[in-house]
Amino acid sequence: MKGVFLASVTALAMSASLVHAADDKPAVVYDQAGKFDKSFNEGVYNGVKKYTADTGQKIREFEPKNEAQVEQGLRRLAKRGYSPIVAVGYSMSAATEKVAKDFPNIHFSIIDSVIDLPNVQSIVFKEQEGSFLVGALAAMKTKTNTVGFIGAMDVPLIRKFSCGYKQGVKYIAPNDKVIVNMVGSTGAAFTDPTKGSELAKSQFSQGVDVVFAAAGGTGIGIYQAAADAGKYAIGVDSNQNYLHPGVMLTSMVKRVDQAAYNTYKTAAEGTWKPGLITLGLADNGVSWALDKYNEKQVTPEMVAKMKTIRADIISGKIQVHDYSKNGSCND
Amino acid sequence: MSQAKVPVWVNLALIPLLNISLAFLISGLVIYAIGQDPFEAAGYMLYGAFGYNEGIGYTLYYATNFIFTGLAVSVAFKAGLFNIGGEGQAYIGGLGVGLVCLALDHTMPFYVIAPLAIIGAAVFGAAWAYIPAYLQAKRGSHIVITTIMFNFIASSLMVYLMVNWLKSPDSLSLNSRTFEENAWMPYLHSLLMPLGIDIGDSPLNGAFIWALLCCVGVWLLIWHTRWGYQLRTLGTNPTAAKYAGIDTSKVTIWVMMISGALAGFVGLNEIMGVNHSLLLNFAAGYGFAGIAVALMGRNHPFGILLAAILFGALYQGGAEVAFDMPEITPDIVVVIQGLVILFSGALEHMFKDRIEGFFIRRATAAQGK
Amino acid sequence: MTNTTTPYAIELRDISKRFGAVQANKDICLQVPKGTIHGIIGENGAGKSTLMSIIYGFYEADSGHIEVDGEIVNIRNSQEAIKAGIGMVHQHFMLVENFTVLENVILGAEGGAVLRKGIHDARTELTRLAKEYSLDIDVDMVVEDLPVGLQQRVEILKALYRGARILILDEPTGVLTPQEADHLFRILYSLKEQGVTVLLITHKLREILASTDNVSVMRQGEMVAHRETAQTNKEELAELMVGKKVRLTVNKGDATPGDTLLSAKNVSQFDAQGVKRLKNVSLELRSGEILGIAGVSGNGQSELLNVLSGITEMSEGEIHFAGATINANSPKNASQMRDMKMAHVPEDRHKMGLVTGFEAYEAAVLGYHNSDVYNGKVFMHRKVMVDECKDRMAAWDVRPPNPHLKTANFSGGNQQKIVIAREVEQNPDVLLIGQPTRGVDIGAIENIHEQIVSLRDTGKAILLVSVELDEIMALSDRILVMFDGAVVGELDAKDANERVLGLMMANAYSDDEQGESA
Repeated sequence: MKGVFLASVTALAMSASLVHAADDKPAVVYDQAGKFDKSFNEGVYNGVKKYTADTGQKIREFEPKNEAQVEQGLRRLAKRGYSPIVAVGYSMSAATEKVAKDFPNIHFSIIDSVIDLPNVQSIVFKEQEGSFLVGALAAMKTKTNTVGFIGAMDVPLIRKFSCGYKQGVKYIAPNDKVIVNMVGSTGAAFTDPTKGSELAKSQFSQGVDVVFAAAGGTGIGIYQAAADAGKYAIGVDSNQNYLHPGVMLTSMVKRVDQAAYNTYKTAAEGTWKPGLITLGLADNGVSWALDKYNEKQVTPEMVAKMKTIRADIISGKIQVHDYSKNGSCND
Repeated sequence: MSQAKVPVWVNLALIPLLNISLAFLISGLVIYAIGQDPFEAAGYMLYGAFGYNEGIGYTLYYATNFIFTGLAVSVAFKAGLFNIGGEGQAYIGGLGVGLVCLALDHTMPFYVIAPLAIIGAAVFGAAWAYIPAYLQAKRGSHIVITTIMFNFIASSLMVYLMVNWLKSPDSLSLNSRTFEENAWMPYLHSLLMPLGIDIGDSPLNGAFIWALLCCVGVWLLIWHTRWGYQLRTLGTNPTAAKYAGIDTSKVTIWVMMISGALAGFVGLNEIMGVNHSLLLNFAAGYGFAGIAVALMGRNHPFGILLAAILFGALYQGGAEVAFDMPEITPDIVVVIQGLVILFSGALEHMFKDRIEGFFIRRATAAQGK
Repeated sequence: MTNTTTPYAIELRDISKRFGAVQANKDICLQVPKGTIHGIIGENGAGKSTLMSIIYGFYEADSGHIEVDGEIVNIRNSQEAIKAGIGMVHQHFMLVENFTVLENVILGAEGGAVLRKGIHDARTELTRLAKEYSLDIDVDMVVEDLPVGLQQRVEILKALYRGARILILDEPTGVLTPQEADHLFRILYSLKEQGVTVLLITHKLREILASTDNVSVMRQGEMVAHRETAQTNKEELAELMVGKKVRLTVNKGDATPGDTLLSAKNVSQFDAQGVKRLKNVSLELRSGEILGIAGVSGNGQSELLNVLSGITEMSEGEIHFAGATINANSPKNASQMRDMKMAHVPEDRHKMGLVTGFEAYEAAVLGYHNSDVYNGKVFMHRKVMVDECKDRMAAWDVRPPNPHLKTANFSGGNQQKIVIAREVEQNPDVLLIGQPTRGVDIGAIENIHEQIVSLRDTGKAILLVSVELDEIMALSDRILVMFDGAVVGELDAKDANERVLGLMMANAYSDDEQGESA
């Protein structure tokens, strides 16, 4: 009995010390695509890098290589008193929820998913708004009146992208065709450039001349296929315009880097709050990328039109339907 | 002609030990080559896998999955069938477990749900193996091809079911609702705690005990029943099986169904034991790793138990290394695991003949005196 | 015969070779004078093949050395053997079936990157060789179209083309009809006249006595005797091989055939490729008789056994057995046939009759493993099986009498005893038995033959398939001859002799010749 008692006292003491130390031991757990996926994870990594450069604060990183390690990694970080811990991606929500429950004193931020716990901050993006914008640009650019969408897998998050994209296309050209394909049905669909390239080629053969890739690391293959075929591609998550100048029409930028950066910053300042954070066009959480790599592909008229649409979405003049509201792409 | 024999412990212990040592030696060189301290890494690996209660718990938790899939592969292999579909069968087996839990967790107590979940895992896993088995037995479609295809079909089916039917409606993430606690496989640490035994907080759960029972069951099946006799005959000499009047297509089908059921039990560990909800990708490559486990365990249930624990240790220790030495990326950890598999599975004969030769010469010399 | 002034064509000195626990060759010495035919005999496992493989460079000896023409040669692979003038004709031919004779002969010795010149030179050389050694053959024929005897000639040509002066033949007559075998020996004589030295490995004593100048006997890895062929006889050689006196004839009285137990009517069978392997075979098998099926290997005997025993389904025709009619629409599988009291000792015990990875007691129930004797509700009665196996091993003199030894570790004869015991002890009405003594030691052959005859005398019906004419003639009461899947002749055993059977086996028997021989 005495041993157990002592042990619990030490445990208490330890957890007590965690509260104080809580927010100066930041950490991040990437998903299985790894931090160099040129897309979603790399966006977070850029935020991490920038924060370290700005503040000198090192951030503990962990790249799990299977589902079981996600929870194990989160748990271990929490146990060692890391806080806040940023969990990257919807696939981590179950594990994060479980670990967060067990460690109420540790702060967690999860990107792309919502967990309703007093020590979890959920950061979600209005992907539909950014997708709407790039959809509109695709519709302006296409000469074949056929545009493509390649998603990683048929899950709600990706449907949110495709739904916004379709609305954007139809807003400019109600009769244009949108061809939608999914890469696969496992996590590997986010890291399968070969399959992405196959699907892109198949879409091009069906007349597609602009393709939007919402498929993480798989996109690399899609852009290469577009470059080879002389078509246009739209990047996702990070600004990917630089990958293939002249081929990348634009990128639907999701500022996960900023989200991660802000998490660490607020936590360090003591202003980190649990709850839901939704980032849309208005907060610059999502946007379309225009830089020196794609300015030749986008005419001034297009730029002007895009500005108007953006303003209209922010003002509420254009209502973009959110797939996740009712699980369907019809209002 | 002398009949000198090699001592049993040489084959059972010395040779595997040598193989593993060599694998670790070369892994050490790899780690050294990327500028890290191999001894530190080895330390993390061993400590992580066996050094403390929780680590052992994790090792055994991973091992549970490997036991199931290793047994699945070996049962089929004993009958000469190469079941690459453990991954899909585990996945669908988990679906069976999940459906049982979701259907009954509000109304039934654990002792009703548990056997039904075991049956659910077995039936779903077996059903998923039945189709390729049927195609092999009756249509001659090669089982390697069909079982691989069924892995893909399984994951597509799961995505479809999760997205459209099973996902809990109030979240973007693809999980079913969490089961009520009476549908949870009890954790071993919570079972042992009242007895005053502290094994640390790990996901190790009752499925591990079921896995041990399965080892014994498979052993009895293969070596002590007429069904085992038939499957071994088919596996080692198909012509003799025809000669003996064994209905080879029937045996093919039921062997694959047993194999599928065993793989399906992964769902017991993952869905009922750890995640407590249905989700995607919980099979996480265990089905494929089962092939290596079976090879390494020489297709013997008790060999598989040991190989599974080694794999569990590699997984757990590897995660630990990747966690504590971030410069050793997960890819390097995979390289190390691959080396261990290579040396102890594929290259087992590298030392075997020489060492056996040594002992035979020694024994013969002794006889001569 | 030996000539001490000139060196031997090949001489082996103290060759030893060990495989793991097995001493395959021990201090082997052998001297073969130039231009002679030298026979090497020994039972299976006596070490003949290992020795030849050492000479031809497949294995390296652990100790000892080889001299060719009085000079020590170091042969580490077959290229070096060829360079030393040694050629080998394997029991199983190493030919590319869809190449022509010419292409096969130059394969591996094409002589430069440009094939055309090589082929031209080879043609000239081959024609010369064929004339010189009277190896009459059309060099542009495709090998698969040639009969076996000619394929063997291609192998010999191949060796000679590569400059062989010493030719090793491993069991060369196993696949030949007696007539083809005779032709082979004529070729060997003419080779000998041209100064080629021939090493002939065989287990057939008759061939050794008929064709060799000298003979060496191997037993259990050692060379136990060298004899001049003219000074020895069958009995002495057999005794040297086995290490004890052997009786080479079978004592059997006349048959008293009873009722027909098994009959086949116009049975045909097509294989998976649609090739007709069995052609309208009809036969009747009566109790108390041994019906012998003679034929060169591969002429439908195996298919006949498989169809009769239920292993493969027939395509046409019907079988009547134990009151049942079996045809393509109502087939019976092997285990159903067993239940109807048919036993089957298959031709190939390794491929079919046994599971070599099983322990002896397990192999001893193959086919009967579902029997209530061996099974409880769930588990098999291991003890019952082991005890029964032990008893049978004692009764049939299986050595070593260890039910737990892996089947693979028994010698051929003892494996065969395990199979025969298993089938006979079930007390069947009909026994199908294929190649009962293939690969079995001479000592055990005697025992197996006696068992078969005594089974006949207890009223069993026995169908015996064998490619050994001696065996067919010694055991059968009635003989059917098969050629190309069909039964081409039937005769009473009393009327059978080697020449008649040989001609029938080659389907070259006509009434004229019957008149001649009558």
